[in-house]
Amino acid sequence: MHELSLASDIIDTVKQTLSHEELPSLRKIVLEIGAYSGVVPDSLSFSFEAITAGTELAGAELEIINIPFRLKCNQCKTEAEPEYPIMLCENCGSSDTVVISGDELKFKEFKISESEE
Amino acid sequence: MEIIKIERKVLAKNDAVASEIRSALQENGVFAVNIVSSPGSGKTTLVEKTIEHFSGRMNISVIEGDVQTDLDAQRVSAYNVPVVQIITNGGCHLDAGLVKDSMKSLDLVSTDFLIIENVGNLVCPAGYDLGEDMKVVVISVTEGDDKPLKYPKMFMNSKVLVINKIDLLPYVNCNINQLRSNALKINPDLKVFEVSCTTGEGINAWCDFIENSI
Repeated sequence: MHELSLASDIIDTVKQTLSHEELPSLRKIVLEIGAYSGVVPDSLSFSFEAITAGTELAGAELEIINIPFRLKCNQCKTEAEPEYPIMLCENCGSSDTVVISGDELKFKEFKISESEE
Repeated sequence: MEIIKIERKVLAKNDAVASEIRSALQENGVFAVNIVSSPGSGKTTLVEKTIEHFSGRMNISVIEGDVQTDLDAQRVSAYNVPVVQIITNGGCHLDAGLVKDSMKSLDLVSTDFLIIENVGNLVCPAGYDLGEDMKVVVISVTEGDDKPLKYPKMFMNSKVLVINKIDLLPYVNCNINQLRSNALKINPDLKVFEVSCTTGEGINAWCDFIENSI
């Protein structure tokens, strides 16, 4: 359900950014989605497709760039991509760490083309 | 193919409204918490016990979020505090727009402490800033000690963890030390309280923390 409201937010932003004439030419909406953003990319694409069907955005699809969870240790300076978002350094066990990436949920670009290539 | 760069968060609109809420709360000297948890962890009972604790000493207002019914608002209104019920009609979380609308029915000037009780859901509310000072995640021992690892974002984005129903520990398969350590692996800065809303154990410590935060 969360993905459905996000898909609707995405369409709002598209409509604010592009002119009415440009909407049918929108082919791809490129998004960056982090591994612990809480968003399921497949569900988001499904929701987007479902609510754009039969509208001026029917020719557009989501292109999702998955961003891994990355952590940097302030103590031993190790950078790692842990499988789970655990904030402890895999190398020295310190909790003095910073998240470098993994929380993203953002637009990157729109791809527009007259032809449906 | 033409490329239009658009570097913007998907939730930018929500975040902008959340900033407006945060400013309004600060201007009026209101401290706000956003209480999140699975359904049935005891959020509403924690709200009731908190109101009871501060009765006569602090002006509390409450926003209740639920998918359906105003049952929680009815419960809370028995304590004679202003309460607004948001019914999301299927929506799995509160967003800043809903909270902003509901705040029109509250008098912020005479509120010291605003409690927003989110929809019971350990996933979606984690991503939505409501303009609160802090998210407080509640988990009950009946849910098991592995939940922080399974639903990390909520624990990562919260400042406080309230472990509820500790009176049931003898009857359930939950190792509270493991629960605490799992939560701290996800967020080493979490402030943890162990409470039983049924017996009242730990409620004073939680409320002292709130009082010192205001």
